[in-house]
Amino acid sequence: MWQALYDNLEQTVAVILFGIGFTILLLQRNLIRKIIGLNIMSTATYLFLASMGYIEGRKAPIVTDGVTDLAAYINPIPAGLVLTGIVVSVSFTGIMLALTVRLYRRYRTLDIDQIALLAKGEDMA
Amino acid sequence: MTLARNFPFFSILVCLVGSVVTSVLKPRAAKALTIIIAGVVLVLSAFTLRYALALESAEPFMMGHFPAPWGNELRIGRLEALMATGISAVLFITLVAGFYHMPAFVSEKKLGLYCIMVDLAMCAILVMLYTNDLFTAYVFIEIMTIASCALVIVRQNGHTLVAATRYMIMNLLASGLVLLGISMLYGITGHLLMEPLGRAVRHIVETGQYMEPLTVVIALITAGLAIKSAMFPFHAWAPDTYAFAPPMSSAILSGLIGKAYIFLLIKFFYRVIGLDVIVGTNVDSVLFVCGVSGMLMGSVLAISQRDIRRMVAYSSVSQIGYIYMGLGMGTEAGVAAALFQMLAHAAAKSLLFLSTNELVSVSGDRKRFHYLHGAGYRNPVAGVVFTVSAMSLVGIPFTGGFIAKLNLATAGMPMGGWMRALVLIALAISTLLNAVYYLHTVVSLYRRAPAEIDYPPSHRVPRHAAAALVISMLLTVYLGLGSGPIMRVIEAGLKMFA
Amino acid sequence: MSKRRSDWEQRPQARFLRWMRDGYGALDDQITTSISQPAAPRPDQEAMEAHDILVGTHRHERELALDRLAHYDLQNWANTRGRKVLGRLYAVLALLLGLILIYFLLNTVAFMPRFASADVPANNEVIARYVEKGLEETGAINIVAGMILDYRAFDTLGESTVLFVAACAVLILLRIDLDDHGQPMQQLIAEESDDRHYEPKNDRILQGSAMVLTPIILLFGIYVLFNGHLGPGGGFSGGAILSSGLILYLNAFGFQKAGRFFTYKIFMWVSFFSLGFYGVAKAYSFYMGANGLHSGIPLGTPGAILSSGLIMPLNIAVGLVVACTMYIFYALFRKGGL
Repeated sequence: MWQALYDNLEQTVAVILFGIGFTILLLQRNLIRKIIGLNIMSTATYLFLASMGYIEGRKAPIVTDGVTDLAAYINPIPAGLVLTGIVVSVSFTGIMLALTVRLYRRYRTLDIDQIALLAKGEDMA
Repeated sequence: MTLARNFPFFSILVCLVGSVVTSVLKPRAAKALTIIIAGVVLVLSAFTLRYALALESAEPFMMGHFPAPWGNELRIGRLEALMATGISAVLFITLVAGFYHMPAFVSEKKLGLYCIMVDLAMCAILVMLYTNDLFTAYVFIEIMTIASCALVIVRQNGHTLVAATRYMIMNLLASGLVLLGISMLYGITGHLLMEPLGRAVRHIVETGQYMEPLTVVIALITAGLAIKSAMFPFHAWAPDTYAFAPPMSSAILSGLIGKAYIFLLIKFFYRVIGLDVIVGTNVDSVLFVCGVSGMLMGSVLAISQRDIRRMVAYSSVSQIGYIYMGLGMGTEAGVAAALFQMLAHAAAKSLLFLSTNELVSVSGDRKRFHYLHGAGYRNPVAGVVFTVSAMSLVGIPFTGGFIAKLNLATAGMPMGGWMRALVLIALAISTLLNAVYYLHTVVSLYRRAPAEIDYPPSHRVPRHAAAALVISMLLTVYLGLGSGPIMRVIEAGLKMFA
Repeated sequence: MSKRRSDWEQRPQARFLRWMRDGYGALDDQITTSISQPAAPRPDQEAMEAHDILVGTHRHERELALDRLAHYDLQNWANTRGRKVLGRLYAVLALLLGLILIYFLLNTVAFMPRFASADVPANNEVIARYVEKGLEETGAINIVAGMILDYRAFDTLGESTVLFVAACAVLILLRIDLDDHGQPMQQLIAEESDDRHYEPKNDRILQGSAMVLTPIILLFGIYVLFNGHLGPGGGFSGGAILSSGLILYLNAFGFQKAGRFFTYKIFMWVSFFSLGFYGVAKAYSFYMGANGLHSGIPLGTPGAILSSGLIMPLNIAVGLVVACTMYIFYALFRKGGL
């Protein structure tokens, strides 16, 4: 198994990063840290995807000198998927940050548990 | 009828272009346009259903000039068309009945943005129903997540902000799992469209190579979609979101958006992996156990709520539990029963959220139960509608919920030993628990109002909203009385689904 | 005797019977009181007992008082003991879950196809057609651009919509509404303490370098946009470059100058035209493709700037959406408006 993990080193690193991001997202109460965890998680997925497209000794999928031979270029699909993924993660990072800004302006703290408690307290006031 | 095969694509396009056009309109026009779009989608879906009923087998629809393993595809079948018709009918009714009290929750300037979100949520639901491509489904899952978060935060108070943050965190976690699952699946099969994927998966199962990654892929994607549809142990984000969002948003979120995720999961099980493989990996048993515990725990939690909207929200958790129980049986009959429950719940739950809002607003916006005494007299239409939809969720005969439960019980009968017993006992207990809280609420709606509370002067529900509520109520009753043809469509649809 | 009686009162049967008799109101009181039992400093015990006598007439006030009490206790608990215990438990659980996930995923990776080998399932007939026929069928030299804007164009349409929906969601969250006279609502600004007060001073170095850099950045962005089908680049990267140029300009010269050419209206109309064009153009090509008709869009000579059919206009549309979205994100975070 260790040999197989070493052979797939990119993917090994990617899934460890994914796990780290996942754990940060669950573990941290600070919203900014949660967002960082989220970004680590999605970036790890892109590394995973990108590693899947690479084939030893081939070039980036841009036709050069009119050569259209399958054996000349790497797999173009993961590149497209990563592109989509990046756009999606930019979007939801923006929204999460906007939510954080609003919550901070209102409650002056970034701790999600504290914020939930304060929000509950608002009803009573 | 060759034009009719374009209708699923047209309905998606109408929503998408409609949302873009909405962005440059004034709020009043935007509102009208949104309702019109929902109506157009309803008509197009109905025609698609008519077209699909005449089909022998499901028909792929190329999005572009390139066929299956290369280009994106939609797929028209009876089941997709039936669900699209049901969901767009519920959405249309929800919009007609619910829009008039949106100004109470949303500032005038943001109503236009809200309309954009409704259109895009509808677009994403339609794509999830029709798409034949796993990655397209992922992209539109994200659109749906963001749009539904925005549906919650248009009402801007502390509660919705906190609820939306929780909602986003759980949903993005789930999105991450789904995306990782899809990338692994791509790595071991080399396809993204569902039919070639299905063939490649069958090859993997036969040869046994890459079987371990395949199991993990199934677990990842199932877990992701289960979190997004608020299956029981992952339901923590749901009640707050449903309870504090504007009522129309709650109706859309709980009634429609959750269903689209489950439909995608069924599609994944049937078309990509194959039901026999799912049964082989025991994922179905996990779903079964989660479903049963959700049915029971959701009801218990609903009983302990003191706020009517939170009670309705927790009852969603229990109703989603029924769907997962049906799915978890791992048989065709179980999945068919789950699909019918999806329709019955979509119709009843959105109605329940809207009528609850009417009842609360005639009681001075206080949601505690004793303020609601007599609300059924102060707003008769909402009272009757609430009663009927509550009856449906409890499972009283002549309503959709009764048939759904009957189907689930019938589907459970041929199963082996403990599972059969568990299905029947769980159904019985859960029905009892549902009856406890819903009947209690209905009774308190029709009790004499306490004299010492002063209620606001009653306002009249606009005619069109009342009419929409009544029509939707009739829909629930129709699901109970005319369930035969619908069940036949579902069963035939499942046959041509794989 | 009274001890036994209160034991009975706490039992579920008794609570159920009381609930049947009195409805939720009584049970509420019961629950709230039982939650608030263990706390040491109880704020207004006597006042509450007085309320108990007047229960019929002051129900609302009494309930509020009870709620306040319960919340006070909860907060007390959360800030001291409970927070520590629950926090640790939660941390251990989360770590455990993360480790289990990593373990399973590593197990999976060990069985995944070998990295960088040509003999993987993904190296199949799908990419064979993209690579070998791509130039002929889409006219794009950049195979990735041909794939995302022609073979799998529906995904990319969804992708631009994600950006649009995100921009709208951030607008809902952060935009400060204007009142009827077109002025931002003053009390909102005060509440939200935004960045409006911190417009940059006339910084010579910043403005000088922005004068030089902004045109170059914008030009480069346009180049990347227009060459998306010929080389690395395309709508998304070009749009990001354009928006970075705009943001640099904004930082150097302030909102008043930037507001002259980029307003909320401009944002909405640009999004409208780009996404509308994208939607309609692709709808046309999807419709033609699905019904087996030829779309009649010339592909041109591969390698020329005006070639590969719809790909270049689509790249431009996508780029405009991306640039607008990034710019509006920045402007909204800075000062809640444009």
